Formats: sequence, C-alpha cells, structure tokens
Amino acid sequence: MLESVLVANRGEIARRIIATARRLGIRSVAVYSEADADLPFVREADQAVLIGPPPPAQSYLHSAAVLAAAHQSGARAVHPGYGFLSENADFARRVLAEGLIWVGPPPDAIGQMGDKINARNLMQRAGVPVAMGSTDPVTDASQALAEAERIGYPVMVKAAAGGGGIGMSAATGPEELQTAFETARTRAERFFGSPAILLERFLERARHVEVQIMGGSDGQVVALGERDCSVQRRHQKVAEETPSPGVSPQLRGALLAAAVRAGETVGYRGAGTVEFLLDVRKQEFVFLEMNTRLQVEHPVTELVTGIDLVEQQFLVASGEPVSFDPARTAPDGHALEFRVYAEDPVRFLPSPGAITEWEEPAGPGIRVDAGYEAGNTVTPFYDPLLAKLCVHGPTRDEALGRAREAVAAFRVAGPKTNLPLHADLLASEEFISGDYDTSVVAGLRS
Amino acid sequence: MAEVRAEMVANVWKVVATEGDQVEDGDTLVILESMKMEIPVLAEEPGTLAKLHVAEGDIVQEGDLIATIS
Repeated sequence: MLESVLVANRGEIARRIIATARRLGIRSVAVYSEADADLPFVREADQAVLIGPPPPAQSYLHSAAVLAAAHQSGARAVHPGYGFLSENADFARRVLAEGLIWVGPPPDAIGQMGDKINARNLMQRAGVPVAMGSTDPVTDASQALAEAERIGYPVMVKAAAGGGGIGMSAATGPEELQTAFETARTRAERFFGSPAILLERFLERARHVEVQIMGGSDGQVVALGERDCSVQRRHQKVAEETPSPGVSPQLRGALLAAAVRAGETVGYRGAGTVEFLLDVRKQEFVFLEMNTRLQVEHPVTELVTGIDLVEQQFLVASGEPVSFDPARTAPDGHALEFRVYAEDPVRFLPSPGAITEWEEPAGPGIRVDAGYEAGNTVTPFYDPLLAKLCVHGPTRDEALGRAREAVAAFRVAGPKTNLPLHADLLASEEFISGDYDTSVVAGLRS
Repeated sequence: MAEVRAEMVANVWKVVATEGDQVEDGDTLVILESMKMEIPVLAEEPGTLAKLHVAEGDIVQEGDLIATIS
C-alpha cells in the first residue's frame, strides 16, 4: 500500500480522499490556495502546503506548484480528485516522470478519452454505440452548418476537448446553430484551450445514465453498476441515484458490458466512469463520454456496493489487487445523492458568502460529504458545490423518505442554497415515479 | 439616472459596453464570473452609458455599482 499521498484538490473531495487515506494509514498532504486556508480539508490532512493565490490557474491548476509541494512534503503519490488537473494527461506524465505514483489511469487513456471526437471514433470501432455525429473537429460556422445538415436537427453542439456541460447547447435549426456554435467555440477556447467543436444528434427525451468501472492492476475491467444522472440544470448534474429506475435488467446488462468494453479498449486502470445517453422511447443507448477519474457522485455506488472506491484507487495505483470480489458486486438497496450548491434555488445563480450556520443531517442511511462548516466563507473562485447529501435505503421509496427528512434537517445560513430545489424534486410526482428524464428540473421551474 | 449593481460577489470577466454607448433594455454591459459561471449584467432601461465603474479583473461585492445609465 502507499506510504503517503498528496491530494491535488480542495473542498469535499479532498476531505473525502484524506478520510480514506487516514483509515488506511496513508500519510496525507493537502495543497490549498489562500482562499481555502480555513476549510476542513486543510486541517484534516496530516500536512498542508499553501500553493498560491485564489485563482485556480495560480493554485490548483498550477502543476509546477503542485509538484513542488509533493517534493517538499515527501509525498510519494498524487491523487487528483475530479476537475482541476485530474484529466490532464501531460500532468499525469509529469507526475510519473518525477518518480511519483499517479493515482489515476495511464496518461494515454486520459488523452484518448479527453479528446471527445477521438473517444467517439474509438468507441464506434470497438462496437460501443455512438450517436450520429462528427468524426473530425468542426472549426468554422459553415462546416458546422454542413455537419448539422448531414446529422439532422436537432443537434447538440459541444467542445471537443472538454466535458462537464460547459458551453454545450442544442440547436433545432440553422439559426440556433450559429449561436450555439459561437457559444461553444468561445467557451471551448476559454475553458479547454482548444476551439474544436463536436456536433452530435440531440436526443429529446433522454436519461443520462453512467457506469462506474474499475480497472484492476491485472488488466481486468469490472463494472460496478450504473448511476442515473438525469436531474440536471444547465447540463450539469444536481442529483443522482442508483440503480436507475429507467433501466431494465436486460438493458443494464448491455450498458455494463459496453462500459467494460470501453475501458478495455483504452487499457483502463483504476476508477473511471463511462457516460451514456439513454433514449427513453426506444430503450437504446449511445456513448457520451468517459470521465477518466473519480466522479463527484461516486458515493451512491459506494453505498449500495459497500466498496470504498478511493481505497480501490490506492490499491490499483500501488499494483495490488482490488479488495472486493468482482463476481459479487450486486447492489444492496437504493441510494441517492443531492448536490448542495451555493446558489439560489430558482434561477440557479451563484451565491457566495460567509456561512453563519451549518447543521448536517445524520442518522441511519445518511452520508454527508461536505467541504465546508460554520465559520467558513464560500468564495467566487471555485465551483458552487458545498456538500453532497447521500441517502441509502432498502428500497427506492424508503431512500426517498430518508432523503425528504434529511433535506429538511440540513440547515445552512449565509449563502443561498439549492436545498429548496431538492425538497421540490422530492415532492414531484415525476421524480417520485422514477419515470423522469433530463428535463425534470426545467419542468419543476416552469 | 439608473444604477446597475452587482447581484453577488464576482470577478469582472469582460467589459462589453463602452462609456458613451447608446444602450437598450437587455443589452449586456459587462460579464461577471462567479463559481465557474458567467453572469451577464444587463441594462435595465434604454439610455446612454454614462459611466462604467468596473474594469476587467476587478472583484465586485454584492451591491457594488457597476454602471450608470443616464
């Protein structure tokens, strides 16, 4: 097992990784920006190194500063969490070149999946279904129009170099396409440093379903069930659950097999997530993208499988076998996650500020992964995720009941939060029925 | 005289309009950025953009004056 690990991240995920490191006797090193000095993850690590001012480019995305902190602290491994440097293949290569252990997949797998067009092409060749879409980067508006004609409207326009819903929008005709293309191109350039655009056939009634995979150090890729991530605002996830209420056993078998094939195609090691869009009417799915890292919503999988995914990442990174039996990973009960964001619950606009009150729900079947506590200040420099409220129950109905109580018991004062949205979601017939798609939040707010 | 103020703590990412511009209701004056989201700040009535009180890279607090329209 690893002796020590530097956690190149912040907030709830840094804290969560540090907790598993502590349980396993691995010395943890946190890195933090000037904005985060008072957050719990800094205090809870065995050692903490200040790496720069608040803007991400000068701290959490500053690879030289992160590597210098690793050397200075004597950390033997680097865990990137999600976001920031986690899907930067060059950073992973530098970590390895400097003699450190990279707690993540091989850099080439990150690179192959990071280019979304390359990933689509690879998957198609491997027999994983993909939507009609671009096989080459689209770089100007006239090319985009021609591509959209070929694919057929409506189309989704997105950055080829990045995910996370940033700059993504749908177009139902040529006029909307112009706007969507410009939006996607500026965002792509700004957030991912590449203006390349990808067009894909847009599914109108779709569920977003993803599969957790784990590639062992022996090369065996195992699927650990699916997560339904259809509750979204601005193409970003707000709540997730497993198992998906929209997936039949037969469809589940096909999804899990496709995810394993995707992982095997790129020689995947460690934790990864293969995302699919599921056409609700046709009961067919297409590959969306692969996230070559730990996913925000990984706790729901942990709750129903009893597997600590971060522990498995540490094991695989140190060349050891996973600690679970791949033949016995059937889910036990039902789990949901609700992302508590610092944003107003109606327009979803950011709401940074000082936290004057923070009281987490607790009890059987409740897990809260929080990045903050009372007295902390939520700054405008990073994403709005304050905490993940997760619930587990023997059935979906029981889990929903626990969720309602937990949402009502979660008290945050200072920044506005989206907890009222979660209360509305948990009261909505559409969500309760399980028969919902990616439009469910828009429906609640119309 | 209308004052346009910041709704939240944010970084001024882009200044779109120029002092002296004729603006319409709904025109974007500046784009703020907070928590990885871009938030356009719009003119709420037509007029002349008399003064811009922020520059790109500034940090604004909730309630800070961004622009004056006359």
